[in-house]
Amino acid sequence: MSRAALLVLADGRFPAGGHAHSGGAEAAVKAGRINGASSLEEFCRGRLHTAGLVSASLSAAAVLGVDPVELDAAADARTPSPALRTAARKLGRQLMRAARATWPSAELDALAREFPKGAHQPVVLGVAARAAGLDAVDAAYCAAYESVSGPASATVRLLSLDPFDATAVLARLAPELDRVADRAVEAAREVAEVGVDALPAASAPLLEISAELHAAWPVRLFAS
Amino acid sequence: MHLDHPHDGPAAVSADAHRPDGSHRALRIGLGGPVGSGKTATVAALCRALRDELSLAVVTNDIYTREDAEFLLREAVLPPERITAVETGACPHTAIRDDISANLEAVEDLEDEVGPLDLVLVESGGDNLTATFSKGLVDAQIFVIDVAGGDDIPRKGGPGVTTADLLVINKTDLAPYVGSDLARMAADAKAQRAELPVVFQSLRTEAGVTDVAAWVRSQLAAWTA
Repeated sequence: MSRAALLVLADGRFPAGGHAHSGGAEAAVKAGRINGASSLEEFCRGRLHTAGLVSASLSAAAVLGVDPVELDAAADARTPSPALRTAARKLGRQLMRAARATWPSAELDALAREFPKGAHQPVVLGVAARAAGLDAVDAAYCAAYESVSGPASATVRLLSLDPFDATAVLARLAPELDRVADRAVEAAREVAEVGVDALPAASAPLLEISAELHAAWPVRLFAS
Repeated sequence: MHLDHPHDGPAAVSADAHRPDGSHRALRIGLGGPVGSGKTATVAALCRALRDELSLAVVTNDIYTREDAEFLLREAVLPPERITAVETGACPHTAIRDDISANLEAVEDLEDEVGPLDLVLVESGGDNLTATFSKGLVDAQIFVIDVAGGDDIPRKGGPGVTTADLLVINKTDLAPYVGSDLARMAADAKAQRAELPVVFQSLRTEAGVTDVAAWVRSQLAAWTA
C-alpha cells in the first residue's frame, strides 16, 4: 500500500461533490447557532462525535471487508432524516465515480452495480480506501476529518469567516479526531466479529431536524 | 480519466463517448458566461429552435436558487422531466470544471430517464470571465457575453472569451443605448480568438438564435458522423 494515497482521498479537491454540501452549517448559520470561529468549533465538535464517529466506523468496517450492503442498511438505520439519507447517497454516488476512475477495482464496480443511485458515502469511502490499499484507520481518519472540514469551509463562504480562523478550528480539533478515529476502528473490528449492531449509533437530533428544514428552503447556497 | 475504453458497471465515466451498452451518447454542449449576459434566454431559444428536430435535455447550475431551471419550466421550452437543476454550493465554476461529478450524474440520469437524447445543454450559473467547462463534462462550449456588460470584455480576454468553441456577443440591440462599439468588440474578439467563431446576436430580432442554432447543428453533425 501507499500511505500517500490517503492524501489523495482526503484532499478537499478530490472531485467527489463535497463542495456543494455544508454538513448542516448553512442551517446552523441561519439559525444563529454558528456566528463565528468559536461557535463553529462547537458545531464541528458536536458533529465529529456524532455523525463523524458513525461515518468513520462505517468506513473503517468497509475497509475490514464487512459486507457493504449490510453497512449501507446500518447507515440508513442511523440516519433518521430522509434529506440526509438522500444527501449521503448522492455523495456516495459521486465518490463512487471519482474512486472508480482513480483506483479501478472489482469491489467498487460491484458496489456501483448494487447501488446505481448511490450507497451511503461513508460505505463507499471505505470500499474506495480498500481499493487504494489503505487501512481501516486511514478511512476512519478521512471520514472523521470530512465531518468537520466540510462545515468549516462552508462557513468561510457563508459568514465570510476569516479562513485562517476556520483552519485553526480544524487544527484544534485534531486531538479529538485522533480519538474518534481510534474509537471508530475499535468498533469496526467488533463489527467484523459480531455484526453491524456493534457500530456506534451516536446521533445529533438538531442536525437531523435542521437538515429537513434546510431541504425545503427555496433559496440556499448548499445542497445540504 | 479514461477516454477510450468503456467501464464495467452501470454508468459511463466522464468523457466516454459511448454508453455502457456501446451506443453513442448525446452530444453535451456547455453554456457559460457572466451573470445576466443571456445564457438562460439563449438556452430557451435554442430549445424552441431545436426541440422539434432533436431529442433534447437541459442541466442548469444555479448559484443559490433553482431560478434558471424554473424560468425554463415556466417558459415551457421543454417538458419538466427534461430539465434538471444541479446545486453548486455557491461555486458554479467548481461544478462545471473542478468537480463535475454532480453534473455528470444529472446528464446520465436524463439519458436514462428520458433518453435516448441527441443533445444535452449544460448551463453554468453566471460566473466570471475565467469560468470554463471541463472536457470531461462537455464536448464543446459556448461563452455568452453581452454588449451592455462593457465593450472592453473581448479585449480583456480570459479563458472563456479566448478558448470557448463559440463566443456569443448578445443583446446587440442595446449597443446604441449603452455606447458599445460593436466593430471594436468584433476586432478585439478576432484578435483574442483567431479562427474560432463569434456570433453577434439579439434575441429580440427576428433572426434571434438562428446562428447559434446553426452552429449547434454543425457540432452535432460532426459528433454523429
